[in-house]
Amino acid sequence: MSTIALHDEHNHDHADHGHHKETLISKYIFSMDHKMIAKQFLITGIIMAVIAMGLSILFRIQLAWPDQNFPFLETFLGKWAEGGRIKPDFYLALVTIHGTIMVFFVLTAGLSGTFSNLLIPLQIGARDMASPFLNMLSYWFFFMACVIMMSSFFIQTGPASGGWTVYPPLSVVAKAMPGSGLGMTLWLVSMVLFVASSLMGGINYVSTILNMRTKGMDLWKMPLTIWAFFLTAILGILSFPVLVAGVVLMVFDRSFGTSFYLSDIVMGTDILPNEGGSPILWQHLFWFLGHPEVYIVIMPALGISSEVISVNSRKPIFGYHAMVYSLIGITVLSFIVWGHHMFVTGMNPLLGGVFMITTLIIAVPSAVKTFNYLATLWRGNIRFTPAMLFAIGLVSFFISGGLTGIFLGNASLDINLHDTYFVVAHFHLVMGSAAIFGMLAGVYHWFPKMFGRMMNAKLGYLHFWLTFIAAYLVFFPLHFLGLDGVPRRYYAFTEFEFMKKWLTVNVFVTWAAIMAALAQVAFLFNFFYSIFKGKVSPQNPWESNTLEWTAPVEHLHGNWPGEIPTVYRWPYDYSKPGHDADFIPQTVPFSQTMSSNLPHDFEGNAEAEKIQQDWELANPVGENKG
Amino acid sequence: MSLRKFITNKTTAALAVLITVFANTSVFAQDAAAGAAAAPKVDMGEVYKSVIFYILVFLAVCLFIAIIGKAIKVYELSREAQGKPVGINWNRVHASLFALFLVIGLYGVYWEYTVHGAMLLPDAASEHGKKIDEMFNLTLIITTIVFVVTHILLFGFSYIYKYSAKRKAYYYPHNNTIEKIWTIVPALVLTVLVLMGFLTWRSIFFKVEDPNNKPLQIEVTSEQFKWSIRYPGADGIVGNKNYKLTTATNTLGIDFKDINSRDDEMADEMVLPVGKPVKLILTSKDVIHSFYMPHFRVQLNTVPGMRTIFEFTPTKTTAEMQQETNDPNFKYLFLCAKICGSGHYNMQKVVRVVSEAEYKTWIAEQKTYLNDDLRKQFNLPVAPAPVKSVADSAAKDSAAVKTNQMALNK
Repeated sequence: MSTIALHDEHNHDHADHGHHKETLISKYIFSMDHKMIAKQFLITGIIMAVIAMGLSILFRIQLAWPDQNFPFLETFLGKWAEGGRIKPDFYLALVTIHGTIMVFFVLTAGLSGTFSNLLIPLQIGARDMASPFLNMLSYWFFFMACVIMMSSFFIQTGPASGGWTVYPPLSVVAKAMPGSGLGMTLWLVSMVLFVASSLMGGINYVSTILNMRTKGMDLWKMPLTIWAFFLTAILGILSFPVLVAGVVLMVFDRSFGTSFYLSDIVMGTDILPNEGGSPILWQHLFWFLGHPEVYIVIMPALGISSEVISVNSRKPIFGYHAMVYSLIGITVLSFIVWGHHMFVTGMNPLLGGVFMITTLIIAVPSAVKTFNYLATLWRGNIRFTPAMLFAIGLVSFFISGGLTGIFLGNASLDINLHDTYFVVAHFHLVMGSAAIFGMLAGVYHWFPKMFGRMMNAKLGYLHFWLTFIAAYLVFFPLHFLGLDGVPRRYYAFTEFEFMKKWLTVNVFVTWAAIMAALAQVAFLFNFFYSIFKGKVSPQNPWESNTLEWTAPVEHLHGNWPGEIPTVYRWPYDYSKPGHDADFIPQTVPFSQTMSSNLPHDFEGNAEAEKIQQDWELANPVGENKG
Repeated sequence: MSLRKFITNKTTAALAVLITVFANTSVFAQDAAAGAAAAPKVDMGEVYKSVIFYILVFLAVCLFIAIIGKAIKVYELSREAQGKPVGINWNRVHASLFALFLVIGLYGVYWEYTVHGAMLLPDAASEHGKKIDEMFNLTLIITTIVFVVTHILLFGFSYIYKYSAKRKAYYYPHNNTIEKIWTIVPALVLTVLVLMGFLTWRSIFFKVEDPNNKPLQIEVTSEQFKWSIRYPGADGIVGNKNYKLTTATNTLGIDFKDINSRDDEMADEMVLPVGKPVKLILTSKDVIHSFYMPHFRVQLNTVPGMRTIFEFTPTKTTAEMQQETNDPNFKYLFLCAKICGSGHYNMQKVVRVVSEAEYKTWIAEQKTYLNDDLRKQFNLPVAPAPVKSVADSAAKDSAAVKTNQMALNK
């Protein structure tokens, strides 16, 4: 506690003495200011997203036109697309790196890194993170991880290509595929740096939320965004180290001849000396992170959409406590469901049954969240800002993708659906599209907070509708390929008679994917143009209750000039009857809103209730309303 | 002031786009003109392949959007200047678009269910597969209902409760009864699904063996990028393997010191007698593959260093399935469903389900893995080739033969 107190003092000093001298490097590059680090995370995340999207377009082209040559591919990719056709090994590298970048660099770092950094201090009323230096390191480790991952495109043998789950022995035995050589080493190094980054971030988020909330901000007055970031950080702290453990064992297997994951392997007629290990061990270690990881991806998006939906429906989020408890439920349950990725790996079938039960239980808190979103919209006064559009889109994807999870979580149905396009469709909707939409909702909503300017709403509308429609056009038909038994990660559908009927669907899906990709140009233009030329943002553009909108539009180190505001109420007092405006910021004390206070607001504080009753007697409702 | 500033900004942007377009078009136009001069009917095939063509199309679309955006802006500004109410009520636009999306989307879902839904795998051709299909249909019905209802609510609410300055939203922070209901109802529905799923799962993986109908053992070994099938031979038992014995002649590393291995037979395709349980013993030589037989609802990974076992009973012969699907070329097959390297997309073998009699004739024609080279290697007496293993092993292991014959006669 003493260190925290000291730290707070230190920040007060800053506020009092004004800014110390900032150089270009300390302000924009090695910045320790949480707002700048958030922007760094966001822009790096956007760049990585564009790259990963580009990769997906490349392999979609291969899937749609497997027997045509595209000379421009050779121009860009050289020997990996000789004659204008992507080679099978490189196709697998594309899907692998697409998945890795999207899951880890975009939807983990880009989403939770950006918004945790931006919103945690601003929404709980802190001057910065608990450890700004660790925070800076967290970004730079992430950046190095990105650079190393991308560097694998510039080596002779190409990037890792065993799928984003890098199952051994495929990823361990260098002879199994070219990508399992140096490319895989780079993947592992990048992943270790990434985990270090997200641990530093996570520890920081948790300690900031627990120790540095402003006066009056008790846990039950925190916005749902903060709850989501908090629980996400806890999930990350508990699960990411397991991945590192797995990765270290894999490094040993690859480089030092151990046999953690290897046994009884013959490559052609070459008998490998490894004995006693099990490839299944990696799967357990990987999915022990991997499944919490999908909740690490989706929970911040759900937190953001809770906030955005409530603000723009001008209504309190329905069932705030239920929302928090369901987040907690998801957090806890997500640690005991990893086995549903392994129903058909030869794991003891008894375990399959157990994991099926836990998996389907986790659908309950998810369902509660969905219904609460719907109830929030009910009888709202909905403003369709771009952020709100994306939040509604998120709810739609969360429903569509969540429901197909009920099929896959059922071990007996998973037998025929495992590793087919049904899985691809499922997770691209529920964690891909939904999380990306959450991220975009966050960007549109908090852009004014980040850059002090507004984004163009109309380009936002265009961006939303094109992306929303295209995402469904891409992923909905893919379910049916899976139901027909088409496995994922197939380089071409040409070798199987029964898959040929899906070729036209593939062409359609590829065009829809291209449309989705092009729609992002509207976003990218809007984003970068508005940073410099957007309309200057007003103090509270969305008329929102949360604390970040009380901080000045112009950023300053320490967030608030003078004292940090005190919090008196929960963040969702929208359209409260008896109040003239349709929102009451958290910083407004109940003494200023006597006409709208409810008995429930005082949480059993007898004295306050008494004052309220006296006031109500003195001011009968009729007169007051006039 | 701001208006003028806006226009200058936009104009410069629009001009920049225009100039780019024209600069590109003129290059393109020359080509096109040259093409047009040569022949009246231009072959556009090459054009459709060129990247520049698509960039141009995209830029044209961007320009079009910019013009529309500008027109809207001018319209709104002129309304504002004349003191009229706001030109476009975007809240209403989006609300209507959501309503439209709901209607078209639901139709789209119906279309997908009926058109693409009709292109799926035929009904399961195995006993447990039928249970899986029932389970699937039940889940599909439940989830479709939830899907449709929640989407009607989501987009319906978006449409009905669009913003109006006259209205205030209804302050409704929580209702514990409703929340309890929508926690308990999904929980109950999921409990039903879990129970059914659990029972189905148990019936698939925890089978009680019927002593009168012993399953036919077949071993499948995967490697990059092919499958090898091993039939047990007359003794009905697939013999031991040891990866350390792998050589160019003994590619599976079969241990012929084990008597059960000596009569094991190789096969190019998997032929199964209809109605007889099959016990698949799955192994892998190099990396993990996945043995996937979609028509029978069978999938299990093949893992190096580990035997995985899947038992199932085929119920329809290939001929019956050809009739049912109305496709004389229909073939069952199995394929690889776990990423395993560059040849992953083409790892298949044909499965033929036939009558008991056909199976017997077919199996009699298959060769054993044990050949003269291997006999020498394992110091076994080199037997005259044509002698079938039945007689051979009968002498050695009559018990095994008995069970096997019983199994075959069943």
